[in-house]
Amino acid sequence: MLEFTVNFLAATMRTATPLLIAALGLVFSERSGIVNIGTEGIMLSGALLGCIGSLMFESSLVGAVFAMAGGALLGLLFAFFTVTLRSSQVVVGFSLNIFAAGLTVTLNRLILNGVRVTSYPSYAIPGLSQIPVAGPALFNWPLLVYFALLAVPLSWFVLYKTNIGLKIRAVGEHPKACDTVGINVFKMRYGAIVFSGIMSGLAGSFISMGQLSMFVENMVAGGGFMALAVVVFGNYSPGTVLVASLLFGASDALKFRLLMTPVGIGFSQFMNMLPYVITIVALCFFAKRSNKPACSAVPYRKD
Amino acid sequence: MNSKAVQYSKSIGFPVLSILVALILGAIFITAIGYDAAFAYRSLFNGAFGNIHSFSETLVQTTPLIFTAVSYSIAYKCGLINLGAEGQLHMGAIFGAFVGARFEVLPGGLHILFVLACGFIGGALWGLIAGALKMRFGASELITTIMLNYIAFEFLSFAVTTEPFRDMTPGAAPRMTAVVEAVRLPILLPQTRLHLGLFFALIAVVVYYIFMWKTTKGYEMRVVGLNPNAGRYSGMNIGTNGLLAISLAGGVAGLGGVVNVIGLQPFLTEGFSNNFGFSGIAVALLGGCHPIGILVSGVFFGALNAGGIRMQLMAQVPAAAILIIQGMIIVFAVSRELFIYFGRTGKLLLPKKQAGGESDA
Repeated sequence: MLEFTVNFLAATMRTATPLLIAALGLVFSERSGIVNIGTEGIMLSGALLGCIGSLMFESSLVGAVFAMAGGALLGLLFAFFTVTLRSSQVVVGFSLNIFAAGLTVTLNRLILNGVRVTSYPSYAIPGLSQIPVAGPALFNWPLLVYFALLAVPLSWFVLYKTNIGLKIRAVGEHPKACDTVGINVFKMRYGAIVFSGIMSGLAGSFISMGQLSMFVENMVAGGGFMALAVVVFGNYSPGTVLVASLLFGASDALKFRLLMTPVGIGFSQFMNMLPYVITIVALCFFAKRSNKPACSAVPYRKD
Repeated sequence: MNSKAVQYSKSIGFPVLSILVALILGAIFITAIGYDAAFAYRSLFNGAFGNIHSFSETLVQTTPLIFTAVSYSIAYKCGLINLGAEGQLHMGAIFGAFVGARFEVLPGGLHILFVLACGFIGGALWGLIAGALKMRFGASELITTIMLNYIAFEFLSFAVTTEPFRDMTPGAAPRMTAVVEAVRLPILLPQTRLHLGLFFALIAVVVYYIFMWKTTKGYEMRVVGLNPNAGRYSGMNIGTNGLLAISLAGGVAGLGGVVNVIGLQPFLTEGFSNNFGFSGIAVALLGGCHPIGILVSGVFFGALNAGGIRMQLMAQVPAAAILIIQGMIIVFAVSRELFIYFGRTGKLLLPKKQAGGESDA
């Protein structure tokens, strides 16, 4: 029983990590009034670029840098089209997904083709990892997992206790008022989107190099949209986003657990539906959140 | 009159400009990854329009795209974003393939109608779920439709591997039972795969036009889509209109799926859809959700799909590179400001006197 619980918790953490990293980035861009459904594509690109970097330099660190740089670049493109040109965020995000799907498949066939790359190494916490049974499974993770957990209080602090966090939240609520008191709405939104892009790229690289050690076409499989749902579910706030991503991670872990039971094998497709169904259910129960910015998805026009 | 002409030239000029810019950027990308872009585009063009066979292949690809583009447009006109055409197309195909392989007692014509109706219902149900969740709980259809896509893929994966849906022929690959000969659509051109489904797609566009612009219900939907408050104020029900719109949208996408089954591939397999749902959205966006626009851009995207296969064969450029071009086309097509922006900054870069002389303001 103990071993079962430990394994389940470990699987939960493993699947929750990319969701958490991407969702923490999205908290900032969503709060600034941007809905980026292109997150899926950015994560996919991050997954691919991470593998390419890791393959070229035989270092997962370079892979992470590649993934973040790609995420920043795609974020910048998204920001240019939606903030500067005021195009529809939904359409630009959607085309970003198509673009990334094409780009990753093309580059994958050209460069990777399922080759194994250096994955993120694990680091054990001294002391805690010595605990029998639970220790090795729960206190021995790639650095990104620790980073994701540390990023939760950090982003909470930035969002609620610093000047810049206040500005980000304000531009999402009332951009016009911000503009009149001298806050540069465009700059804040650009910054939030690029930061979210970096986090999404990093999250993607964890899928290819943390959970596996190779790139598989379309491997994100809706993870970007789930991260968006996690942000809604988590009421646009880092602490609750952590809870939400752990719940989503648990549903994924439950899926893998059920797939090992006799019933699960016979109905594997229905088990695979589980994370998607849970995303929909979560959205239904928590669609109207108090922290949703008033000017979500509304482009700002400076007259 | 004159301003109308300007309007027309703008509504054609911007999409054409987007395509050109996307194709040029695509060529740069293809060259950058080490292929011969000119040869790639030549084989793409030949694969799409080179001879009667390739052109009919283009139209075969166009057929489902028109259905999914109409699907996106119906929902869009009512203010909803339907990103779920891919899943609705899958559900329509599953429903249609299931009844198409059974009920042989029905006379041929009636059986076809029954199969089409079931395809429509399959897609409509899938759309209705997203619509109902939006109206009842306020769940954003952007995410629910995408999630429903993945659920539909799993349903198909289930249907092709499990009795009584799967084909039980010994040694058959995972696929659903083939539809009976009586419901298969006739081929329009001998020795090609071009089937009667193209006409159904044209009919769908005509019905879309008549419904949206010539009926009261269509007018209501457009009012609700443009300004929900105005609609509510004049006594229109936002919820009912939205539910109807997304169900119709789902149904039309479902028709696209079932038409592909009875026209093209009697065995429904996983991956039967060449990204039709998502490319259909691109078709609608490039065509501005206008009936004529949908037809023209449908042929264009069909050509990209058909030509992409040839491009991969001849020039070895992966057909997925087409998606890169598709993505760029949509983003440019909805960003008219882009060309104005670069026009403006371009002018700013010029010496002041020259810029002043050119501008008419």
